[in-house]
Amino acid sequence: MSLISIFKSSIGKKLLMALSGIFLVVFLTQHFLINITSVFSEEIFNFLSHFMGNNPIVQFILQPILIFGVIFHFVMGFYLEIINRKSRGANYTRYAGGDNAPWISRNMIFSGGVVLLFLILHFYDFWVPEMNYKYIEFLPEDPNRYYEELIHKFESPIRTLIYSVSFIFLALHLLHGFSSSFKTIGVDSKYYKPIKSLTFIFSILIPFGFIFIAVFHNLMH
Amino acid sequence: MKLNLKIWRQKNSESKGGFENYVIDNITPDMSFLEMMDVLNQKLIYENIDPISFDHDCREGICGSCSLFINGRAHGPDKGITTCQLHMRKFKDGDSIVIEPFRAKSFPIIKDLVVDRSAFDRIQHSGGYISINTSGNTQDANTTPIRKEDADNAFDAATCIGCGACVATCKNASAMLYVSAKVSQFSYLPQGKVEAKERVLNMVKQMDDEGFGNCTNTGACEVECPKGISIKNIARMNREFYKAKI
Repeated sequence: MSLISIFKSSIGKKLLMALSGIFLVVFLTQHFLINITSVFSEEIFNFLSHFMGNNPIVQFILQPILIFGVIFHFVMGFYLEIINRKSRGANYTRYAGGDNAPWISRNMIFSGGVVLLFLILHFYDFWVPEMNYKYIEFLPEDPNRYYEELIHKFESPIRTLIYSVSFIFLALHLLHGFSSSFKTIGVDSKYYKPIKSLTFIFSILIPFGFIFIAVFHNLMH
Repeated sequence: MKLNLKIWRQKNSESKGGFENYVIDNITPDMSFLEMMDVLNQKLIYENIDPISFDHDCREGICGSCSLFINGRAHGPDKGITTCQLHMRKFKDGDSIVIEPFRAKSFPIIKDLVVDRSAFDRIQHSGGYISINTSGNTQDANTTPIRKEDADNAFDAATCIGCGACVATCKNASAMLYVSAKVSQFSYLPQGKVEAKERVLNMVKQMDDEGFGNCTNTGACEVECPKGISIKNIARMNREFYKAKI
C-alpha cells in the first residue's frame, strides 16, 4: 500500500518517468544492436529480425509491454509538463532561462515531441506493414524479407533525412534524460561523474549509430 | 548613471497588475540594487505617487527576505547572491531593467514586488525540526562522533535561507531544492534520524499540497541559489523518500 502511494507524490511521478525512460533506453540499445547488423550481414539481420518478429514471448509479452512503456512515457511527460506550467501561474515577461540551465534540459517536452512525431512515422513505416503482413493478410512467412524491407525504406533521401533529424532530437533528449533519470532514482552524487560520461557516450553513440545505418543504406542502395 | 526601469505594479493580491515605466537619474555604481529602489521610492513619494513595495530586511545577504526577478534572473544578473548584494556597477548608463516579482502559483503576489512565501514556512512546520531537547542540557559536541564529510554536507544544506530563488528560477516552479536542503541538513546527522521518516514524508506532502511543480533536474536552482545549495540534495531527498515509503 505504502509502495503504491509513492506514485501519488510528485517524486513518485518523476520516478515513473525515470523508470519508463530507462526501460526505453534498454529497448533502444537492443534495437540498435539488431539494426547495426544490417550494415555488415544481411543473413544475421534477417535471422534476428525473423526471431524478434515470430518469437511468441517477444510478440505477445515484450511487444505489448514496450508499446505500453512508450505510451506511458509520453502521456506522463505531457501530464507533468501541464502540471509544471500550472505551477508557474503567470509567466515572466523576461525569462533568461539560458543563463542558468542548458537548452536541452529546459526543452525536454519539445525534443520528446519531435521523437513522438518520428515514432508515428516509424510505426507507419515498419510496424503497421508488419502487422498487416502477419495478422491481416496472413501472408506466408518469409525469413529473408526483412533486409529487403529495410533497404527499400531508406531508398528515399527525404525519409533518410527525416530519420536523421529525428535522431538528433533523440540525442538531445537523451543527453539530459539519461543522467536525470538516475538523479531521480536517487543515485548518490559520487556516481555523477561516471553517469555523466556514460550519458554522453550513449546519447551520441546510439542515435548517431541509427543515423549511420539510415545513411549507409541510402547511399549503398 | 541614468536607467530606464520597467517595474511590475499591483495594488493587492486581487488586482490585475501591470508594468509601469520609470526613468531614474544620478545612480552611482556603488549603490546596491535595493538602494537604487530606495532612491526611486523617495522620488515617487515627493511626486505623491505610491512607492513601490518590495521585500528586504538585513541587506547583508543572510536573511533571505529580498526577492525580485531582474532582467529575467532571480536576484539579478550575478550568480550566487541575493538582490541586496547586487550592485549597480553591474549595469551601464542608459540600461533598461525589467523588475518583476518572483512568479509561482504557490507564491501569490501581495503587492507590487512582494510575494507571500509562507508556503515555505508551512513546509518547514510540517517536519523541519528535531524533537531532541537542546536547551539547558546541551551535551559536548564531541560526545557523538560525526564524519567530517557528513558534518560539512549538513552544514552546507543548513545554509539555505529560504529566499525562494530556486522556485522563482525553476522553469517548473519546483521547491525541491529548498525542501531537499531542509531534509538533508537533518538526515546527515544522528539527531535527525529520529524523525527521518516522518520528516521527509510530511515535508514532501506539504510541498505537493502547496502546488509547487516537479523537479526536472535542469540545475537552474543551484546556479541561482545565493547560498550555493547543491542539487545533489534533491537526489538525497528522493532516496530518503523511497526509504521512508518502503
